[in-house]
Amino acid sequence: MGIVPVFRKELASHLGSRRFAILFALIVLAGVSATYVAAQSVQADLKDHPNQAFVFLRLFTASSGNLPPFAAFIGFLGPLLGIAFGFDSINSEQARGTLGRLLSQPIYRDDVINGKFLAGMATTSIALLSIFLIVGGLGLRMIGVPPTGDELIRLLFFFILSVIYIGFWLALATLFSLLTRQAATSALGALAIWLFMAIFASIIAGLVAGAFYPTNDNSPVQQVLDHQTLQENIARVSPSTLFGEATSAILDPELRTTSGLVLLSQAIGMVPGTLSLDQSLLLVWADVAGVIALTAVCFGAAYATFLRQEVRTL
Amino acid sequence: MPALVQTEHLTKRYGERTAVDDLNLTLNEGEIFGLLGPNGAGKTTTILMLLGLTEPSAGKATVDGLDPTRDAIKVKRVVSYLPENVGFYEDMSALGNLRYTADLNRIRPKEAESLIQEALEAVGLEDRAQDKVGTFSRGMRQRLGIADVLIKRPKLVFLDEPTLALDPDGVNQVLELILSLRRERGMTILLSSHLLEQVQRICDRIGIFVKGKMVAQGGIEELGVALSSSGNGSTGSRVVEVGAEPLSEDLIKKLRAIKGVKSVERAQKMILVRSDADLRPQLVQAVSDAGASLLHLRLQTVGLEQIYFRYFREN
Repeated sequence: MGIVPVFRKELASHLGSRRFAILFALIVLAGVSATYVAAQSVQADLKDHPNQAFVFLRLFTASSGNLPPFAAFIGFLGPLLGIAFGFDSINSEQARGTLGRLLSQPIYRDDVINGKFLAGMATTSIALLSIFLIVGGLGLRMIGVPPTGDELIRLLFFFILSVIYIGFWLALATLFSLLTRQAATSALGALAIWLFMAIFASIIAGLVAGAFYPTNDNSPVQQVLDHQTLQENIARVSPSTLFGEATSAILDPELRTTSGLVLLSQAIGMVPGTLSLDQSLLLVWADVAGVIALTAVCFGAAYATFLRQEVRTL
Repeated sequence: MPALVQTEHLTKRYGERTAVDDLNLTLNEGEIFGLLGPNGAGKTTTILMLLGLTEPSAGKATVDGLDPTRDAIKVKRVVSYLPENVGFYEDMSALGNLRYTADLNRIRPKEAESLIQEALEAVGLEDRAQDKVGTFSRGMRQRLGIADVLIKRPKLVFLDEPTLALDPDGVNQVLELILSLRRERGMTILLSSHLLEQVQRICDRIGIFVKGKMVAQGGIEELGVALSSSGNGSTGSRVVEVGAEPLSEDLIKKLRAIKGVKSVERAQKMILVRSDADLRPQLVQAVSDAGASLLHLRLQTVGLEQIYFRYFREN
């Protein structure tokens, strides 16, 4: 099994890298400040309305004014973490002249890419787990309400989904590192896709939906619904959208729908209350499956590219 | 001696371009074989095919009784490869880099430490083991590359342009090391180079490789003879330089008189005697008969350079 030494070496160099230190600091900073602000608003809310359910989860979803919630930070900064550990994984070996030496050792060629990918996943998981624990600990001290078992399971799902979501960006960056010879080009390519998916995809979705179903204040209901459905479906091409929808339902048991549009007639009969975990998952299983599928496809493409490439051109 | 490497009609095509064309090569155990050719002649492609890193388009290769395309892993256990422009992980120490190689070869850590130490001593880098490779000079990297090649204790070593871009001192060190691999470890070595002078210095046999074709192979002497006999038809392939004092007309006359001598000509302070056979004993006798003292006597060999350029021009 040649994958073990590759994994071990890559993990050691990732964890000891300056890159890791910088990104970890950035995400801890963002996470801690988001949670701090969230905890303050939860504290204030608890004073007015004690005996609420799912208080702990609100640490990750509550926002107050200036700072987005922790979950949104993961959705936005997570890709950066994935890209950082993938964008130069193959082309830098090639540029340094280590790839030929590596491939001439008695290991299978896929051990190299599998070992590197798994090491990247392990690195981001370690970073993410540490951040979760730091943020959870801080929140616990501030609000003094421990998480229930249900909340912990929801957080576990959130963690796993985050790892897979970051895995998508890792796989994408690895693919770029195979397609471009310069590490800088590959980093820029992956970052461009990240910016597009995180920011422009939803804007473009709105524009396209507007072109097909123009709406104004007096538009008929059907027109508005069609516009909304199309816009959401286009935006779901982006893994960031899928991740955002999935986490919102997993972390918020009160959420009944991921759609931004609820008609008054639908809202009228609604009984206030919370969804059980399986109901929340049922709501967003398509998004979860989408994130997993995109990650698998992306890694599969990188894997196939690496195995088919001639060593001379590698 | 059994053949360690054998190729039969080995061919590699990249689209329209044929990188290696119908190559038949035999490498015997314990020999140093030099693949000599200009850049882009297909030397690296040949090595990659022998390692199973690239599949041949036609023909087959056998390395230590194995087919590199099918049993790449087994082949790579007994064969080491030093790529052209070998690289290391710059932010890791020399020791760390070699440990990784040992780890990839599934060598137990304990055994690996002594192997690494031995390899570093062999290349004279034991004092720099803890230093990051980023601080190493080009020559040191190349020597570290040779240490890296030794870790798996191979039977066979492929060295791709091992002296490229080294200063004369570095070249000497690397060539000495290559010779010691065979002398002390009994390794068989295939090296590629475009520098004939270096190949001439250390190789037992040479293959001249031009545009994917092996245009000639054999020992340096053989190649020289082959060149001469296929030459312009003039006889007198052996040239002996004779330096004597005094260089009298009488001496020249006496040399001309020796049976078998085709021509005698004066070149500055020397006399060049052409013949078909090696007549050195007779020449010495003639010099002493003429009452002159012999200062210099040398049989000119056909230099590889002549061979090399000759084949390049023909192709």
